[in-house]
Amino acid sequence: MHADPAGVLTGSHFLDGDHACCEGALAAGARFSSGYPITPSTEVVERFAARVPTVGGTFIQMEDELAASITLQGAVWGGAKAFTVTSGPGFSLMMEHIGYAAMTETPCVFVDVQRGGPSTGLPTLPAQADMMQVKWGSHGDYEIIALCPNSPQECFDLTITAFNYSEQYRCPVFVMMDEVVGHMTEKVVIPEADQIEVTPRRYTKLAPEEFLAFEPRQDLVPDMPRIGEGYNVHVTGLTHDERGYPNMTPHMQDRLVRRLQNKILHNADKILLWEEQNLDDAEVVVVSYGITSRVAQRAIEMARDKGIKVGKFRLITAWPFPEKKIAEIAGKAKAIVVPELNLGQMVREVERAAAGKCVVRPVSHAGGSVHSPQDILKAILEVTR
Amino acid sequence: MAKGSVQIVVERCKACGFCVEFCPTKALALSSAFNAKGYHPPYLIQPEKCSGCDLCGMYCPDFAIFGYKQGAAAKAAAAGAKPAEAPAADGKEEATDAR
Amino acid sequence: MSAINVFNPVEPFLRTDRMPHIWCPGCGIGTSVNCFSRALIDSKVDLKNVSIVSGIGCTGRVAGYMKQDSFHTTHGRAIPFATGLKLANPKLNVVVYSGDGDLFAIGGNHLIHAARRNVDLKVICINNLIYAMTGGQTAPTTPNSVVTSTNPYGTYDPSFNLPYLVEAAGAVYVARWTTFHVRQLARSMQEIFSKKGFCFIEVLSPCPTLYQRRNKMGDGLDTMVYYKEFSKIKNGAPTSELGLGKAGEIIVGKFVDRERSDYRDLMHDKMVESLGDRYVEREACECEI
Repeated sequence: MHADPAGVLTGSHFLDGDHACCEGALAAGARFSSGYPITPSTEVVERFAARVPTVGGTFIQMEDELAASITLQGAVWGGAKAFTVTSGPGFSLMMEHIGYAAMTETPCVFVDVQRGGPSTGLPTLPAQADMMQVKWGSHGDYEIIALCPNSPQECFDLTITAFNYSEQYRCPVFVMMDEVVGHMTEKVVIPEADQIEVTPRRYTKLAPEEFLAFEPRQDLVPDMPRIGEGYNVHVTGLTHDERGYPNMTPHMQDRLVRRLQNKILHNADKILLWEEQNLDDAEVVVVSYGITSRVAQRAIEMARDKGIKVGKFRLITAWPFPEKKIAEIAGKAKAIVVPELNLGQMVREVERAAAGKCVVRPVSHAGGSVHSPQDILKAILEVTR
Repeated sequence: MAKGSVQIVVERCKACGFCVEFCPTKALALSSAFNAKGYHPPYLIQPEKCSGCDLCGMYCPDFAIFGYKQGAAAKAAAAGAKPAEAPAADGKEEATDAR
Repeated sequence: MSAINVFNPVEPFLRTDRMPHIWCPGCGIGTSVNCFSRALIDSKVDLKNVSIVSGIGCTGRVAGYMKQDSFHTTHGRAIPFATGLKLANPKLNVVVYSGDGDLFAIGGNHLIHAARRNVDLKVICINNLIYAMTGGQTAPTTPNSVVTSTNPYGTYDPSFNLPYLVEAAGAVYVARWTTFHVRQLARSMQEIFSKKGFCFIEVLSPCPTLYQRRNKMGDGLDTMVYYKEFSKIKNGAPTSELGLGKAGEIIVGKFVDRERSDYRDLMHDKMVESLGDRYVEREACECEI
């Protein structure tokens, strides 16, 4: 389905990542947001509050992130595409409702513009330290999808992708930005509406008497019912059966929770996005994401100038993690270097997938600024010694 | 003939006693019979006193009793109303849970 | 005379495949659901448009037993979920049906903000003065000197006066009944369907297994008799005078019934004022046109 032109600001713009993200949401069809201000994410919803009344939708600033993260889910069930934005401390508050979205298979988008942490940390400075939290932050076993833009253009594009994935797989999808990507201003090209593919909500075609709210299709994802049309849907966070009724037995738990996991993992091939360069003969591969990948690009060029065969693998989908691809790289390269704006988070996934087949060298950074290319180059040189 | 009567869904009753206490004509009492859970459901001890006011139905926390006026029953029969189905007992034991 | 042609008017509102429910003998939640079902019938609202949002707790289970579009959400967050549901789909009649702990402790902040905004929600609060589902802990409504599992020597926390709080926060309709007052409760529940804005009904209910039993106050029936003998209907009484004690008088009635623009009207009026023709108003926020 093509995007609704009302939400598409076609043209060539000079926007920062936060603003581009808002335009991506509008282009994807988002017509509801419930937000709470937190630096460095606030501009996303400030722009949405200004834009959406002239597009046709609602923004409400809620009293806290606990409310913001569930109000958008009420709006989703009411029929809207909805999202919220936040940063570290707010993200922590949203964790219970992220689990609720996963358990109730509510399609929705959360944007985390990461900043220094833990706790209040560095409100105006970047980090990439919520990467494990986005996957494991809520209690219990569940899968999510997380995308990492590295430019304002990607903030636009990947926000649309996030909405599309959320409708396709009925799960919460995360756009993991960081303060630099959010606040850097670059050219953002927004095409015509008919050039933008949006995934429509997969409403059931069955009548209320025939429809079971949580009966999965072949791809393990159930169709959605329309509220207010006599389906008498019951949605609960309790472990439930195909009718949506609580069924708190080990048998049902196994069936439900494994399906929630498998609907993402078994469809991973259609979800995974990455950028690769010069992998075939690479001695060293630099695995990075977000703003760090732009610094890494420079470091890779500097290393190549010194004659080192360095390949690049940029995670665009961080979760589900592209473990098969990393395993393949680990089998061929001598070493993988993983710079991140944290003390070692996604590198753990790289180590796990590499399974000892090659050296994995993190380049950690406590946050507050970006790496210098020299930091990453130093690590590349060390592993090729 | 009494002005009204009651219909009791025996398996739902938990013998709380609200219907017996608040029946304005004291037509109900708990029986010595018991259901699968061991509760004594009510019965019309003075059926001629039942007015069909359905106050018992409004009080019942378990949806186990309701009152109807005999005239209404006859009207319903004439109009071919759908019979009230004996509700299937929910056989699945819900495991204990907190919250 | 065969009784097979009579029809309990409550049955269509229940998920009968889940009966009998889990509420204890003598618990008043089921009674309130009875009153609510009758109110739905008498109000003549389009039942397809009635959505029920509950939180966590014994009363939170109402969503699972009522045959409407129903949402069993997280603890304390029924009101913000309901706010999103209503704003995205204003044709829905959104009812929040939850307990005193869920709405006023963990959910207290959301309640006061929704009342402040006058979001068009119908809030039914079953107040059994305790956290029942989790085994009888103190709630912000538990009166003084009551034994609970977290105050084994008796409560000393001052407790909330719910109608007072909700009126102060901005609700346009505030009433309190007990589960003894089935007719008045059903009537109140019916009235709020024709009133736009944040409507609140407190329903005092027994919790025989935890509240009454631990305090040697008898069972559900004893409590209903207590409600009958000690309640005084004082419509229009000042809400500041509605505090509750462990024993003694219970003032019930309709206390607040006033007019205020609801949240959607406020939003609409401001947008029209500021944007004029540029304001694109849509009936709902649905994602497919």
